[in-house]
Amino acid sequence: MPAALKNPGMTRALFGFLVGGALGFGLVVALRAISGLEIFQTEQTGYPHVIVPALTAPFGFLIGLGCFSYWFRWAAGAPTVPDDHSQHGAHSWKDYFRFNTDHKVIGIQYICTTFVFFLIGGLAAMAVRAELAQPGTQVVDPGFFNGLFSTHAAFMIFLFIIPIFAGIANYVLPLMIGAPDMAFPRLNALSFWMLPMAGLLFLASYFVPGGAFDAGWTGYAPLSTGAPLGQSFFNLGVQFAGASSVATALNFLVTIITMRAPGMTFWRMPLLVWANLSTSLLVVAATPFIAGAQFMVLFDRALNTNFFQEAMGGDVLSYQHIFWFYSHPAVYIMMLPGFGIISEVLSTHARKPIFGYRLMALALIGIVVLSYTVWAHHMFVSGMFSWLRVPMMITTLLIAVPTGIKIFSWLATLFDSVLHVKSTAMLFSLGFIVTFVVGGISGVMLGMVPLDIHMSDTYFIVAHIHFVLFGGSVFTIFAGLYHWFPKMTGRMYDERLGRAHFWLTLIGMLGTFVPMHWVGLEGMPRRVADYAAQFGDWNLVISIFSFVLGAAQLIFVYNVIVSWKWGPKAGDNPWRAKTIEWLVSSPPPVFNFDQIPRVVGGPYEFGVPGARHAIMAGDEGAEVKPAEPAVAGTTSGGGGGPP
Amino acid sequence: MSPGTLLRLFGAIFVLTVVSSFLMLIPNWNGMAGSAEADDIDTLLDVMIVLSCFVFSVVVVMLGYCLIRFRAKPGDESDGKPVHGNTKLEVAWTVIPTIIVLFGAAYSWIVLDDIETEAADQLPIAVTAQQFKWTFEYTDEGVTADELHVPVDQQLELNLVALDVLHSFWVPEWRLKRDLVPILEGNPTDVDNVMRVTPNEEGTFQLVCTELCGLGHATMRAEVVVESEEEFQQWISEQQAEQEQATGGSEAGA
Repeated sequence: MPAALKNPGMTRALFGFLVGGALGFGLVVALRAISGLEIFQTEQTGYPHVIVPALTAPFGFLIGLGCFSYWFRWAAGAPTVPDDHSQHGAHSWKDYFRFNTDHKVIGIQYICTTFVFFLIGGLAAMAVRAELAQPGTQVVDPGFFNGLFSTHAAFMIFLFIIPIFAGIANYVLPLMIGAPDMAFPRLNALSFWMLPMAGLLFLASYFVPGGAFDAGWTGYAPLSTGAPLGQSFFNLGVQFAGASSVATALNFLVTIITMRAPGMTFWRMPLLVWANLSTSLLVVAATPFIAGAQFMVLFDRALNTNFFQEAMGGDVLSYQHIFWFYSHPAVYIMMLPGFGIISEVLSTHARKPIFGYRLMALALIGIVVLSYTVWAHHMFVSGMFSWLRVPMMITTLLIAVPTGIKIFSWLATLFDSVLHVKSTAMLFSLGFIVTFVVGGISGVMLGMVPLDIHMSDTYFIVAHIHFVLFGGSVFTIFAGLYHWFPKMTGRMYDERLGRAHFWLTLIGMLGTFVPMHWVGLEGMPRRVADYAAQFGDWNLVISIFSFVLGAAQLIFVYNVIVSWKWGPKAGDNPWRAKTIEWLVSSPPPVFNFDQIPRVVGGPYEFGVPGARHAIMAGDEGAEVKPAEPAVAGTTSGGGGGPP
Repeated sequence: MSPGTLLRLFGAIFVLTVVSSFLMLIPNWNGMAGSAEADDIDTLLDVMIVLSCFVFSVVVVMLGYCLIRFRAKPGDESDGKPVHGNTKLEVAWTVIPTIIVLFGAAYSWIVLDDIETEAADQLPIAVTAQQFKWTFEYTDEGVTADELHVPVDQQLELNLVALDVLHSFWVPEWRLKRDLVPILEGNPTDVDNVMRVTPNEEGTFQLVCTELCGLGHATMRAEVVVESEEEFQQWISEQQAEQEQATGGSEAGA
């Protein structure tokens, strides 16, 4: 057997993909032949000879890549191969295309892969806007249109926003808490490699009979239970994306709880760490619900179960309850890590401690708790039992309070600061405050039952979610990417291009999503391939701005590629930040620290004379200098470090 | 911060709130109001617009002030003032928003109760949705139509049922919306499928499906005609005559 097929790697993974697919296909054919059934069942929701390989082929890929090699040996009782650290670090671009257990490599893998999905989802959005520029049907037919906006949302939510936050945190978080890596590096690598599988399934749905899944990213039953084959690819893709999320969240939880450097108490954790702790608490408890909902739909489709089919005694509305019990917390899964990023960026570039640090952390926890109690506000007009509406309205409006605390605390952080606005990361953070407040305000309106009855399922909703997910999440993602780009690559990006990217993105974003509020209130429903002629003018404006918004992202791609290769050297700490990731080299050494740092103070002690957040191994001498009594004084409570 | 600065900031917030509220209240955002319920909802929206303008003004004024006042001079490498928090302030911006949103919740609850009050006399109409067609059945009059004709100033009791997938009933001028859920006769269900609305403006409107229902979702619309009681009765009689004619041949003497 050639070495390429024997040793874990991309060749063996592709081979495994084919073998896995063939095994799944063969299994179905053989079982159906034995049972005396028609070999190929090609009813709209059937196709077992496609669905089963769609599940087994990705597993073949993961096995071939080596994701399970260590565990298989362990499980079989065979001697495990001791880790020789060959799976750590990246020495050439090829190292990013193999099973790699280094959290920094995995972070880059996450960010680059999800960004490709962002561009794919963006292309789908551009096609949607091209069709909607004029009333009537010009560019795509209604069936393809429904597939376009469904895949747009699926890519953006499941394969861009949620995982890119996991990617940024993967890179930054272990460094921030002074850990050599994540708690479970192999699980971490597996989590990443499940994402391309999900992307592959979503994309493959375009090429199956009936076209891409077209029941929206919400996939409401019974439209989804009766939809063509593509819907099954959505059901399966979500499983891979969801399993990836859950495994990563567990990894973050264990890492944060057990692997903080000596002295890093909970109240000394940077807010990004708090944010990912909160997010992970949401993911582990909520994500199984969407996995369950999609499995139930898949079973209804392929196995003739009757969870959601009224005609067979199923309960149609229960799909929405289960789906939103995940998907409302998912909104915060897509926002809390961004809150963490904004806190890091603002305090660093404003040269000030975060105002009300403890309340900021508690607000995150408050959001986690409340977000489990608001799901039915997506169902005010669904016909669910009417008594649930008012309690859900009250909790929904109350969740504005911890969110407001965060906004006000950020503003207070800027007060009496030394505000540096040259950095693109800071521009996106400041822009985020404005755009997110708009999204929050429309969210409060939508939380009110009487207003929601009018606005629900209109373009007002589309405007709201894009202000929250684009003006909110995506702005924080860009803030984070610009902020840590020097740390990840060791090079500076071009600030002039960054500023152009920011301003065009802001203008494109406002021009695209502000008018959507107006046409929505006037009566334009969402998810329509065609609309009444009266909305034509505004839709043309929206489409033009959306193309500006799309084109602006190419500036970012160009900036990143060119700066990564040829940008000027960044230095270890270009922003003069205090947290630990900035106290190591850029990019950090393969094992992060020669010696685990000791944490001796809060993470944002800007302007406090002599205060430090952490002491690195090399600075041990500095600690005893009488010039810094504050440091020596606080180490006693820090639990001590290595001598 | 000096008392003068504080005063100027409050002044700026006040002025911006007034100006932006004034501008934002000029357009008739929801379009024409065509039902008794619409006015309450529009008033709630107006109140929310003023509140939102206030919140937005606070954020924009504070952000703008910080951007102008505290912008770093080129080459300034100093740090800001090491303020870690202020308990009174933090309590304030926890408690005040809580009061505001609870006020909003109470107000919304009152409006909700108001718009869902049942009148003594209701006109029952069975609304059936299927891919991609609306059907209206006037149960008492024995009339079935694919246009919705209703008398003005009369509360309607719309019994909403879907035959295949979810659909949603929305006449933007009426402001009210409700999903139509597949409910099989005989199956136990707790779906709340009755919507009440009192059209109070005569005219012709569009009924729009607002729940994604498949290929024809975008064009699944129906004509809604709100007319005077006499015109409505006349339309009903015409329909009855028409339907008798249609069925009369086969069921003569039945």
